[in-house]
Order: sequence, then C-alpha cells, then structure tokens
Amino acid sequence: MSLSERLHPGINLAGTDPESHEAAEEVLFGFWIFLMSDLVLFAVLFATYAAMSVQGIAEGPGPAQVFDLTAAFVETLLLLLSSFAFGFGMLAMKYRESRRAVLGWLLLTGGLGAAFVGMELHDYYVMITQHAAPPQASGFLSAYYLLTGTHALHVSSGLVWMAIMAVQVVVFGFTTPVKLRLMRLALFWHMLDVVWIGIFTFVYLFGVAS
Amino acid sequence: MNWELIFGQIKWTSFVFAGAIENPSLSEFIASGAGSVAVLGALAAVILLTVKGWWVPLWRDWLTSVDHKKVGIMYIAIALVMFARAVIEAALMRAQQLAATDSGGFLSADHFGQLFSTHGTIMIFFVAMPFITGLMNYVMPLQIGARDVSFPLLNAISLMLTMAGAILIMVSLVVGQFSTGGWSAYPPFTGIEFSPGEGVDYWIWAVSLGSIGSTLTGLNFAVTIYKKRCPGMTLFRMPLFTWTTLCTSILMIFAMAPLTAATVMLALDRYAGFHFFTNGDGGNMMNYANLFWLFGHPEVYILILPAFGVWSEVVATFSSKRIYGYTSLVYATMCIAVLSFAVWLHHFFTMGQSANVNAIFGIATMIIGVPTGVKVYDWLLTMVGGRIRFTTPMLFHINFLLTFILGGMTGVLLANPGIDFQVHNTLFLIAHFHNMIIPGVLFGMFAAVQFWFPKAFGFRLHEGLGRASFWCFAPGFLLAFFPLYWLGLMGATRRTYMWSDPDYLPWLALAMAGAALILAGFALMVMQIVVSVRQREPLAAPLGDPWDGRALEWSIPSPPPDWNFAVLPEVTARDPFYEAKKAGTAYRSPAAYEDIEVPRNTATAPLIGLFACAWAFGLVWHIWWLAIVSFVLIWVVVIARSFATDTEEIIPAATVKAANEAFLAAVRSAPGVTRDREMTSENRGRAIPEGLEGRSGAVSSGAAVEVLS
Amino acid sequence: MSNRIPADLPAVDHDEEGRERRSYVIGLVLALVLTTGAFAVVWLDLLSGAAALGALGLLALVQAVVHLRFFLHIDLQRSHRDDLLLILFTVLILLIMVSGTIWILYDQHMRMMP
Repeated sequence: MSLSERLHPGINLAGTDPESHEAAEEVLFGFWIFLMSDLVLFAVLFATYAAMSVQGIAEGPGPAQVFDLTAAFVETLLLLLSSFAFGFGMLAMKYRESRRAVLGWLLLTGGLGAAFVGMELHDYYVMITQHAAPPQASGFLSAYYLLTGTHALHVSSGLVWMAIMAVQVVVFGFTTPVKLRLMRLALFWHMLDVVWIGIFTFVYLFGVAS
Repeated sequence: MNWELIFGQIKWTSFVFAGAIENPSLSEFIASGAGSVAVLGALAAVILLTVKGWWVPLWRDWLTSVDHKKVGIMYIAIALVMFARAVIEAALMRAQQLAATDSGGFLSADHFGQLFSTHGTIMIFFVAMPFITGLMNYVMPLQIGARDVSFPLLNAISLMLTMAGAILIMVSLVVGQFSTGGWSAYPPFTGIEFSPGEGVDYWIWAVSLGSIGSTLTGLNFAVTIYKKRCPGMTLFRMPLFTWTTLCTSILMIFAMAPLTAATVMLALDRYAGFHFFTNGDGGNMMNYANLFWLFGHPEVYILILPAFGVWSEVVATFSSKRIYGYTSLVYATMCIAVLSFAVWLHHFFTMGQSANVNAIFGIATMIIGVPTGVKVYDWLLTMVGGRIRFTTPMLFHINFLLTFILGGMTGVLLANPGIDFQVHNTLFLIAHFHNMIIPGVLFGMFAAVQFWFPKAFGFRLHEGLGRASFWCFAPGFLLAFFPLYWLGLMGATRRTYMWSDPDYLPWLALAMAGAALILAGFALMVMQIVVSVRQREPLAAPLGDPWDGRALEWSIPSPPPDWNFAVLPEVTARDPFYEAKKAGTAYRSPAAYEDIEVPRNTATAPLIGLFACAWAFGLVWHIWWLAIVSFVLIWVVVIARSFATDTEEIIPAATVKAANEAFLAAVRSAPGVTRDREMTSENRGRAIPEGLEGRSGAVSSGAAVEVLS
Repeated sequence: MSNRIPADLPAVDHDEEGRERRSYVIGLVLALVLTTGAFAVVWLDLLSGAAALGALGLLALVQAVVHLRFFLHIDLQRSHRDDLLLILFTVLILLIMVSGTIWILYDQHMRMMP
C-alpha cells in the first residue's frame, strides 16, 4: 500500500478490499467533517469551562477540592487501552475478516469503554454525595458536568453503536456498509480519546495544579 | 387521576382561544385570530389533500423522496409559508407602533414581545435558512454535474428536522405562548426566573431542531462539492453559486455548534437548575451573548453568501457576459468566510469589555467590508459592455447594488465602537440589518426563484407580474426602513411597543406605508405564481435553457429527470454549457448510456421528523412520557434503517436513452430564440447564444407573436 | 476526484499488517508515557505555577498529535488530502473561538472586580 492510496483518515482498505476502499472515500470524509463539527462543540464547552472554573465558583467548592486525580488517571488509561483495542479490531477486520477476532476486540473495547463510563458515574456520585458538588451548586460545576457529561454521552452512544455493529457483523458479515460503519465508529472512538486528553489535562490536571 | 403525567403543563387555558374568552381584548382577538388561521389553514390543507386525492402522491412522491430537487423545492415551500406569517407579524408591529403614541395601541406588551420574537426567529431560522438551503439543494448538484448530493437520505432528514422546527413554531400560535425574549433570547431574561412559561422552551427546541438540520446540510453539501464534481470540474471551474455554497456549507459546519451549546446550556439552566447564565451562583450571562454571536455572526454570512452567488449568476447571464473577476470573487468569498469568525464581538460592544478588545473587533469588522466591496465592483464591471436585459432578477440585482452599499456604509459606521455606543439597541441598528438582509438575502432569493423557476417546473414565471412585485418590494423596502435610521438617531429604541414622542409619528407613518407596499409586493408575487401556473402552456420552456444560461444546469431538460444527467458531463472550461453552445458542441448524443443507480424513496426521514417534533413538543410542555417515547423512536428508526439492505434501485440504460434522445431531438428541431424575444411565448428553452444570432437556429418567421410581459 | 487512485491489485501482504500493528503499538506506548508524565508532574509536584501549566499543555498537545498520527493515521506528507486541510482549518477556527472567548470573558471579569 503506497501512501497515495490513503483516501481518508483511519485505517484504509486499499490493500485488501479495493471496492470498499473506493466507497469509503466519500463516506469517511463526511464523517470526518462531522467529527470536526463535534470538535467545535467541545471547544466551546472547553472555553466556557475555562472561564467558569475560575470565575464561576461562587459559594461552591473549587476544582482542587472535588477532583479525584487518581480516578481520572485510571479513566484515561481505560479509554486509551480501548482505543488501542479498537485499532487492533480494525486490523483484524482488514486483514482477516474474522468475525470471531473482530467481535473479540469489539467486546474488549466495549468493556473498557463501559468501565470508563461506570467510573465516571461513580466520580459524579462521590462528588454529589461527599463533596456537596452537584451541577446546581455553581457555574463552575455546571460547566464541569456539561463538559464531562457531553463526553460521557458520546462514549455511551459509541457503546450502543458498538453493540449494534456487533449484531451487524454477525447478521451481515463483512459487507461494504458494515466495514464502512466500523471504520467510522473507529474514527469516532479515537476522536473521543483525543477530547478526553483535553479534559484530563485542562480540567483535572490544571484544576489540581493551579 | 394525575393529569399532569399525561398532559404535562398543558391546561385548557393554554390554548390561545381561552385568552379571548377570559380576557376579551383586541390583542387577544388578534392572537386568537392568528391561532385560527393556523388551525384553519391546516384544516384547509387536509381537506384539499383529501378532496383531490393527493395524500398518496404527497407521501409517495414528495415526503418520502430523497431526490435533492424535491427536497430543495420542499425547503422553499416551507420558507414561503413561514415568510407569509412573519411578514404579517412585521406589518402588525408597524401598525402597533404607529397607533401607540401616548397610548397602549391595540396590542398588549406581551403580545408585542411575542411578535418581535417570532418575527426574528422565523425570518432567520425558518425563512432565510430554508430558502438558501432549498436553493443550494436544487441548484448546486446540477451545477457540478452530479446526480444527487453525497448523502441523499441525510439531506431528507435535515429537511424534516427543519420542518419539525417550523411546525413547532406554528403550534405555538395555538398552544401556549412564544418567547418574548427576542430572536437572540438573551438571559437572564429568558432564564426560568423571569420567563417561567413555555415560551422560551418553544424557542430553544425550534431553533435547536433547525440548527441540527443546518449542520447536517452543511456537512452534506461540503462533501458533495469536494467529492462529486463531474470529470474536469476543477475547483476553479465551478460556477460562483457553487463556490458560495461551499463556503456557506463550511460556515454551517463550524458555526452551528456554538448555537447548540448555547441553547443546551440555556435549557439546562431552565430545566435542571444549572448556573450557566443565571444571576448569582457563578452564572455569567455575558457568556451567552458571546456564544450566541459566535454562531450569529457567521450566520449572517451563511445567509448572504448564497445570495452573492445568485447575484453572480444573474448578472452574468442577463448581461450575456462572462463574470468579471471570477478569481477575485472566489477569494473574496473565502476571505469573508474566514473573517466572519473573527468579528462576533461587534454585536456586544456595549457589554463592558475594555476599549482594546472593542478596537480589535471593530477593526476586524471594518476589514470584512473590503472583500464585499470587491464583489460589488466585479458585478458592476460585469455589466459594462454587456447585453443587459432588465428582467425581474436583473432589476432586483441593480436594486441590490444600490441599497446594499448604503446598508454596508451604515455597517461600517456601526463597526466603530464609539458610534455603536450611541445607536446600540435603537432602530438605527434595525434599519441597518434589514438593509443588509432584505435587499441582499431576501431579494436575492426572489431573484433566484425568478431565475431558476423555469428550470424546476418547465415554465417561466409571468414577467409582468414579476416586475410589478419588484416595483412594490423595492420602494416598499426603502419606505419601510430608511425612516428607521432617522428614528434611531432620534433615540427610538428597538422592541418598544409604545412611544411618548410625537416627533416619531411622521416617520412611523412612512414606515407603515412601506410595510403596506411590501405586503402588496408579496401578494403580487403569490399572484404571479398562480397566474403562471394557469398560463403554463404559453410560458412553457421545457427545453431547459430559457435565459441563454452558462452553467451545466441549463443543458438538461426542464424539469430535469430523476437522474439529472443521462451521462455525466465532462468539463473543460468555466461556463461549460455556454462554451459548448458557442462551439456548437452542445446537445450532442453521448456515445453510450449506462444503467443508473438511484436511492429508493424511504419513510425514514419523515418518521424522524415526526418523532423529533413530538419530542420537542413533549419537552416544551414537560410531557415526559412523550419526550422519552419519541426520543427512543427516533433512534429505533435510525437503527432499523441501518439494517435495510435494499435501498437502491436501477434505472435501465434503455429508459435513460429513450428520454434523453427524445429531449435532444426536440431541442435540435426547435428554432432557437434570441435575447430580445426571450420574454415571448417563442421562448421554449432553446437559446441562441448572444453574438451567434445570424448563424444558427433560424427564428420562425410569420408566427403570431404573443407578448406576455 | 483528483485524488481517486485506482487500487486494482489487492496485494495482501503481511509486512503491511505488521507495520500497521507497530503503528498502533508505538502510539500506545507514546500515549502511555505522555499521560503518565503529565500525571506525574501534578502527582509528584515536579513543577508548579505557570511552568506546570505550560508543561501540561505541551504534553497534551503532543499527545493529541500522537493520536492523530498513530491512531487516526494523519500526517503531513499527504498534503493534497482534503481531510488534512480540514483539520488545519478546524484548528484555526478553534483557536479563534477559544482564545477569543477566554480573552473576552476574562477581560470583562477583570473590569467587574470591586
């Protein structure tokens, strides 16, 4: 596979499935645009958080008092590993077209993703019950819950999407539409990881460091 | 029995008619009247559809269609219906302001507040946006030689989401009240503390549905233009309307997200007690203005850029001349698109940031006037030495050049923070932005309708009535809005429902007269369409090229077949169809035909639209079961669709060949028409290019000439 | 259009698979190192104040690039590709929006101080 055969971000199918590869160009470009639009949404939420986490604390607790850095670090690792697992799932799809292997990797990815969401919900629970820090407490906490909550909602919808794709892999096998959907889901999943890096750094680490 | 579980916060008093019974007053009667018009209009539509037996065709051929041409026409139909409502609201407001010197007038303050809120919201989100989206939908794929957009189903879903938002706003005429917070809905006024009712929620969800639809549209069009151009159509051979569509799409992709963020935050404040924009508890309402205008300013250019594209097409075609300064027009469009993201603060110069911040954004705002000026010169120079025909679109164009420049000058005035502090929130500002949007966007869309109508329906619009409507619209606009500049300088604030200064009266009366003229113009436009439909035989131009067009859309029949192009065209230059006509290579039979794959119609999009509308209605009225069920159903439809495999159908090559050869034969045998005859019934859509009159397509002599204009 | 290159001969080749696997592994290792580094800066109090924030921001930026490069397979060599242009344009818009918002809101905030 030469470099020029890459038509879009993520795994390209040039070497193994030329037909799907050609069909992928338009669809993946469209999805890439969607992700950029989504990224702008996150950017706006980040900017809002950047202002409110300093100016909007009011009578409520500040960032350093409510964040559990260790939990956030573990969540980062979970998401990173799940992104990695999805990458290997895509390679299994590209080179082997083995249902068993792909489903296995999807299960691992989904399991790690679900663990991530679970941990985050637990974080919320601890914040609300032990630190008296629900979203209604202050502008800072409103912005925090909206930013991380939007990300968690994205991850959760990714999980639902993953479950549906598992069913489609079983029902349809690796037809072109199924492959293209998996490739888009992969982009989505990797991009959520990038967004989480931003959250980990600018919300958690900055919040505790400053 | 807990009725609230079932009906949420709807009570019998929520219906608009209850107001007229409980508190009879002219204001309430007008509200009830509007509600009745909405209900009766819907009822009349249902009866008409039933009597004519149109339900099945409506569903089968239109609502379930994913054809970009039909989607485009439906968008424009939404825009026209909503325009009728919003323009009447404008006239009502003018009448109220005229009647309300030192008295309450005939509308209550609250009713007036709803009027300016719905007027603005509808005009921006449900008139201007659907109008430009519909136009881009119809024209852009034809101009780049494509059979459809990249994602036809997604396109239909965008349409249905927009329609859901429009329906929600119409429902607010009958059930409950709309917001009184203006189209920009600034908190804290729109927060739960000061606007506890359902009005702001109507605004939030209607706008959100529209903005999601627009994001998806932008994405779809950008991919289409990047990936679906026909062979040889390089970026710098694209028609200018396609260029402006591309830049608009990019703006839509990036500008809608801040709006979504702002509406979601406002909703969380209202529904869940968050503190984004509240007074106290760390809320910051200034961030709302910031987020809203992060969207709002690019939005202005989302609206005007397609109109600029229309003007470029119109002026070149009706001057029979290649557009002057193509490259500079393209770069000007790009500059505007990028700069439009860097000027949003000029909407809130007075909010208290330091002079340095204001200065930077003021300078950026003045700079953005430069590329627009470049465009104006290009259009002027296109006309120089051309064979100008003063058709309706061209009249609109000339009017646009004259008035838009004046509006632009006031914009440069407002870009100066010092001046802005004086006239901020006055009618001067209202005059300024109407001066940009009406001659620019709205008249641009009207010109586009006159220009492309024969392409979409196969017959021209009645030229005489078109000109008549222009001669109402253009002076009507001047009369309605130029007095507002003066009133603004006198200190009249916007959104004010009564006055105490008698000096305002003459100017308000002039503005009222202008509003009446605009209404007359709209009535004439409706009449023009009705008359043209009745006279469609003498006006018919099925051969596709009534104006001696330049881009690819004029090379195919009117209306175009489902597959647009029998064979994908190959392009070697700008203005490909015009060049082909001049070289004598137009209307040649292709060497071979192939089967064409087109997407099947599907109920997916209308179902998503229906459930989205129900979902939003449930949220507005806190009918939680409805919101949850509809939300789940939306996704059930999406998932079910992803399991469908038989989504395409094949149109056999023989069908395509028969249709196309019949069209080509008709064109070849038709006598062409020269430019001085283009408004007569001789014009069947075969044009003799300017400068070639003597050489081909002899005009049939001796035939009775019937002048329609 | 211009960048549609026919790929008629599928040559499945295991070197290729190995290379793509390595790309993911390199990405994972780099990401782990960078994340742990960022965490350590705060956890072990290696830096403080502006230096800490600067270092963390830099590490995040590098890690975002690592993800784009090794997981999303985007690099600078294929500059004719539409998606690279798109991401650069997106970055420009993001910078304008985020820095503008922060600038405006902090400026207003300063002026509201008693």
